[in-house]
Amino acid sequence: MLYLDHAATTPMRPQAWEAMERVRDTFGNPSGVHAVSRAAKNSLEEWRERAAQLLGEASPSEVVFTGGGSESDNLAVIGAALAAGAAGHVVVSAIEHKAVLESARFLERVGARVSRIPVDRSGVVDPDAVAAAVDPETSVVSVMLANNETGTVQPVADIAAAVKAANPGALVHTDAVQAFISRDIDVAALGVDLLSLAAHKFGGPKGVGLLYVRDGVRLEPLVHGGSQEMGRRAGTQNPMGVAAMVAAMEASAADRTGFRERVGAMRDAFEARLSESVPGLRVNGATGERLVQHAHLGFPGQNSETLLIRLDGGGLAAAAGSACQSGAVEVSHVLDAMGMGEREAAESVRFSFGWTSQPDDAPLAAKIVLGVLEELS
Amino acid sequence: MRVIVAMSGGVDSSVAAAMMAQEGHEVIGVTLKQWEDASGNLPTAGCCTVGDAEDARRVAAQLDIPYYVLDYVDEFRQAVVEPFGHGYLAGRTPNPCIECNRTVRFRALLERTAELGGDMLATGHYARVSWHPSGYQLKRGVDPAKDQSYVLHMLTQEQLSRIRLPVGELTKPEVRRYAARLGLRTAAKLESQEICFVGDGDYRDFLTEHFPETARPGVIVDVDGTEVGTHEGTAGFTIGQRRGLGVALQEPRFVVDIDAASSTVVIGGREALLAAGCRVGGVSFVSGLPPRSPAIEVKIRYRSRPVAARLEPIQDDWLVHFEDPQAAVAPGQAAVFYHGDVVVGGGTIESAI
Repeated sequence: MLYLDHAATTPMRPQAWEAMERVRDTFGNPSGVHAVSRAAKNSLEEWRERAAQLLGEASPSEVVFTGGGSESDNLAVIGAALAAGAAGHVVVSAIEHKAVLESARFLERVGARVSRIPVDRSGVVDPDAVAAAVDPETSVVSVMLANNETGTVQPVADIAAAVKAANPGALVHTDAVQAFISRDIDVAALGVDLLSLAAHKFGGPKGVGLLYVRDGVRLEPLVHGGSQEMGRRAGTQNPMGVAAMVAAMEASAADRTGFRERVGAMRDAFEARLSESVPGLRVNGATGERLVQHAHLGFPGQNSETLLIRLDGGGLAAAAGSACQSGAVEVSHVLDAMGMGEREAAESVRFSFGWTSQPDDAPLAAKIVLGVLEELS
Repeated sequence: MRVIVAMSGGVDSSVAAAMMAQEGHEVIGVTLKQWEDASGNLPTAGCCTVGDAEDARRVAAQLDIPYYVLDYVDEFRQAVVEPFGHGYLAGRTPNPCIECNRTVRFRALLERTAELGGDMLATGHYARVSWHPSGYQLKRGVDPAKDQSYVLHMLTQEQLSRIRLPVGELTKPEVRRYAARLGLRTAAKLESQEICFVGDGDYRDFLTEHFPETARPGVIVDVDGTEVGTHEGTAGFTIGQRRGLGVALQEPRFVVDIDAASSTVVIGGREALLAAGCRVGGVSFVSGLPPRSPAIEVKIRYRSRPVAARLEPIQDDWLVHFEDPQAAVAPGQAAVFYHGDVVVGGGTIESAI
């Protein structure tokens, strides 16, 4: 099976497996008093320091380990809004991950106002439009660093600056889940207060993530209980997951330049090969800046559900929209927000390359896609 | 041969998939997502729940076949749920399973079968398709208690040529034994009796929620014209209904007519329920042609015995003359014509005559 669904999840890196293995002996509860606990706590804090270094100018106290990207997004958006008083105002872009959109919807149900900022046809959020929506009651603004479907990169630094100019008290959150593997992350340069990561998108395990929370930011925890994670997230930590995540962060950061060159070349070759042979092929989001690993393509006259099943049968794993709870493919809210018609959206498939992709994958994938299109013609 | 199997998560379609795989075909299992709640999720109670899709997925994994969930929510709403609501609004008693088979399963999914490179579409219906020198025949399932040929009467020669109904050759106990022998997790699963999109609740609650216009109060009158009570909407009534009329009378009374336009329910004695025949619209014949002889047997409800009758064409419709008067002829239900075990054709009851 040729795997081009790395944006959904990517294999664990060897460094992550090794880091997990190293936690074998530090089984203690990091919150205890004795030597066994101290060893576990030391190990956890060392990983926290290492994680902070990979976020730019972050301090370890600003790194909150969570149970994954969705939890980080929820904690950022809901936690910030609740800390400011639930009936405030929240601003999100229309192309956010569901973890953000549904958090906003939840806040709406408990009395908050929500502004949803549209995107242009290339899928980019306009910083001025975000700033214009901010008012004195705005508690948090959430715009992702790069979109998980199209890979479109958002001008988060400009957005953060514009938001702060409009209301210095409004917090800025960015979901960097999809971007981390290929983009350098510097929370200071971005000017954000909150930033979400999910380990399994860059070679760590599933079920672990982190939320960068700038020191001094008030956040109501979602998981109440003990005072773990600076009181921002109760519950005994997951040292094995954390170790593996941070090791994967380090491996990703060390490999980023190479990843961009290598994977970017594969993606470009794949798109070029298909563009030559598929009349009317659309590259969605290509007019904006994109993550190098994403190829989101529209195949005129095709149905993405059928294509995915045919590709699966042909040995190529790809994706479309986002899978709902039953596994059916849903029409993407991202493509809809980009002004794409329902038909064009339903013709679109996402191919995403990753750290295990090989140069041969691009021509092979193109061959499988062309073979399937041939069968369907 | 590549066979697409529509798997609901029940034992019948599980066994259909298993039988196709055992015949050596390349089998792909699919579940149709037909209905969703307000948040876009499958229901968690009733039929066609997320648990059912999970069962189908696990059975497919056990059979080592690929499995997919296909989104037919829009088609289903348009072709099945809307006519269901509008049927009740018009005072009829619709059969949504038939509309689903007509439009979703054996049209949209059959088209999809071809797109997926499938030669055949198999389902877990209790009916049989067989080849006869005169063409494909649709026959009752072997198990008389389970026969579902009634809801498949609209199938055409072209459709039948690409459909497999493997469990129609078995009885329900045989299906369960087959599933148990293979250790399928659905072997002992209870069957759902509900209309899939209505779920556990009462279809009247569903109508009130989704078609609020159906909750239009009106009066209940006796056949002699006497007003005997009031009701909260004609959708709560079906021709032949005896219970739940909300009126106390000495002798048994049945719903004999529903006039949705004036929101009136007419009740009467058993004799007022009898009809000499019915007019049937949208008729199709399995062979493509009406039978040579007008003598047929007809089923006017899913759970009724076929009775002898005679067909007579009238404009675009057909009149069905019962040999003996029949009770509770409900417009909106299907009238299905048989010659013994063979389905001749059928259509939708327009009115009693």
